[in-house]
Amino acid sequence: MMHDPEKSLREGSVSEEILQQWEARGIKRRDFLKFCSVMTASLALPASFMGQIAEAIEADNRPPVIWMEFQGCTGDSEAFLRANQPTAAELILDYLSVDYHETIMAAAGHHAEAAKHKTVDEYKGKYIAIVEGSIPMGADGAYCTVAGDSALNIARKVCGNAAATIAVGSCSSYGGIPAAAPNPTGAVSVSEAVPGATVLNLPGCPLNAENLTAAIVHFLTFGKLPATDRFGRPKFAYGKRIHDNCERRGHFDAGQYAEGFGDAGHRQGWCLYKLGCKGPETFHNCPTVRYNEGTSWPIQAGHGCIGCSEPQFWDTMTPFYRRLPQVPGFGIEATADKLGLGLAAATAVAFGAHGVASALRKGDETDTKVKKED
Amino acid sequence: MKTLELRYVWEWPVRLTHWFNVICIIVLSVTGYYIGDPFVSVSSTSSYVMGWMRFLHFVFAYVFTISWVVRLIWMFVGNQYARFPAFAPWASKAGWKNIARTFCYYTFVKKELPHCVGHNALAAMAYSGVFVLFLIQIMTGFALYGQFQPGGFWDGAFGWLLPIFGNQGLRLTHHIVMWLLIGFAIHHVYSGWLMDVKEKNGVMGSIFGGYKFIDPDED
Repeated sequence: MMHDPEKSLREGSVSEEILQQWEARGIKRRDFLKFCSVMTASLALPASFMGQIAEAIEADNRPPVIWMEFQGCTGDSEAFLRANQPTAAELILDYLSVDYHETIMAAAGHHAEAAKHKTVDEYKGKYIAIVEGSIPMGADGAYCTVAGDSALNIARKVCGNAAATIAVGSCSSYGGIPAAAPNPTGAVSVSEAVPGATVLNLPGCPLNAENLTAAIVHFLTFGKLPATDRFGRPKFAYGKRIHDNCERRGHFDAGQYAEGFGDAGHRQGWCLYKLGCKGPETFHNCPTVRYNEGTSWPIQAGHGCIGCSEPQFWDTMTPFYRRLPQVPGFGIEATADKLGLGLAAATAVAFGAHGVASALRKGDETDTKVKKED
Repeated sequence: MKTLELRYVWEWPVRLTHWFNVICIIVLSVTGYYIGDPFVSVSSTSSYVMGWMRFLHFVFAYVFTISWVVRLIWMFVGNQYARFPAFAPWASKAGWKNIARTFCYYTFVKKELPHCVGHNALAAMAYSGVFVLFLIQIMTGFALYGQFQPGGFWDGAFGWLLPIFGNQGLRLTHHIVMWLLIGFAIHHVYSGWLMDVKEKNGVMGSIFGGYKFIDPDED
């Protein structure tokens, strides 16, 4: 069957009624359409899904949201509150029912806790739990408590009864910086702390708010979380390597590398590979979506990727200005190449000495005459 | 005075895979080192130095993998010097005797030469280790290669290594094993030369032609 672009455009159109409703709420139809098209594109869906997405956002049965913060720095909340796309923050904050968010809620103390418990009880299996920060398992969870209860208990209760849990940022996704060696608090990710929960990981330090919005829109539109890779990350946002979409990739293939910050190559925008860029081992949509209203992202700004959205971030991505991690058991200055070169040289010296000794040794040679076998 | 006889020891697939491995290890080490640490920088954006290095690395990775698989098959269908029991001297009593004898010769304890038709026991053990290192290189290499296409064939085949070793752990392993293999190559050439000189069994030539000079009494 021939593809009919007009048909898909019709299917993708947003009804006049919905547009008028959003206008009545003070959001321009142009901005709303822009938002819907950006979400459709972020989720890698065909344009024909735009109408469906608009309807899903419009629906009255939007689930309540409980946003919990444990061992984190509030960076993900900050990133989310600065969500850029046309009034996305308004859309989500005003029209999703965020019942609990320590940083932005008006209620405090017992009232706030009561609201949280009420949501958990009333909307059991229907609300969305969002977790920011890792969960400490050490000392029976005493390293992080909110309202007298441990992060572990809260997460088990709230995430365990949620329709879906979204782990925002690297700490809640994989443990992040709190879980870096020696991990004094025994920090773990949400999926490790609450093994039974349905968790979507949106790692990044901070996460890209655009990906959170898109994940929520996906949930509203299709009633389930988007498809994930083997690390529980949505494929729409983490399906490609930074390296493979990098604007400096041409310089990498050519063989043009900045050797130091501020040198001629760096000023000309050459590849940051030799400055320790971790783009080749990091899966994220930073090069296409970027941060802060699409303004920039680390590599565009002239600094290599530090691999903040990968599992085991911090430990395996350091040192930031070298390509490879340290060789375990050796000093800070010992790179794999130095050790390898040392090994090769030591081998050559050892066998050279053995050769000299063997050459001086007499009487071990075979005394021979050759007979041809036939 | 001993009388040695000429015997066909290394069959052609053994020699062929050996030389393919030599070429592959050289090319893969040079290109691989460049990929890890691009020591040549160019001024023209229209160059394609890293591109070609990676292309060569991937092509020779495939060649090396095929060579490894062929040699693996030959471990089951080849002659007694090529089959896998020859690479596990620790599994037999005679093998242990051979290990002790070779060890005593190498460490200057005794002057008596090991004299083996195929590999001596220590060499055979080294090759078993190297064969495993080859496999590690192939698996870690293709796991890293597969990252260009998550969900693709190579990602499906070896991507499961990523959660176990971590992305950077795989890279580090791939890098360190290269150096171990370079160290092995130095030792390998030296030992071959030493035995060629001392045993006068033509071991250096045997990897080209397949024939060694064998003492019939030692058989």
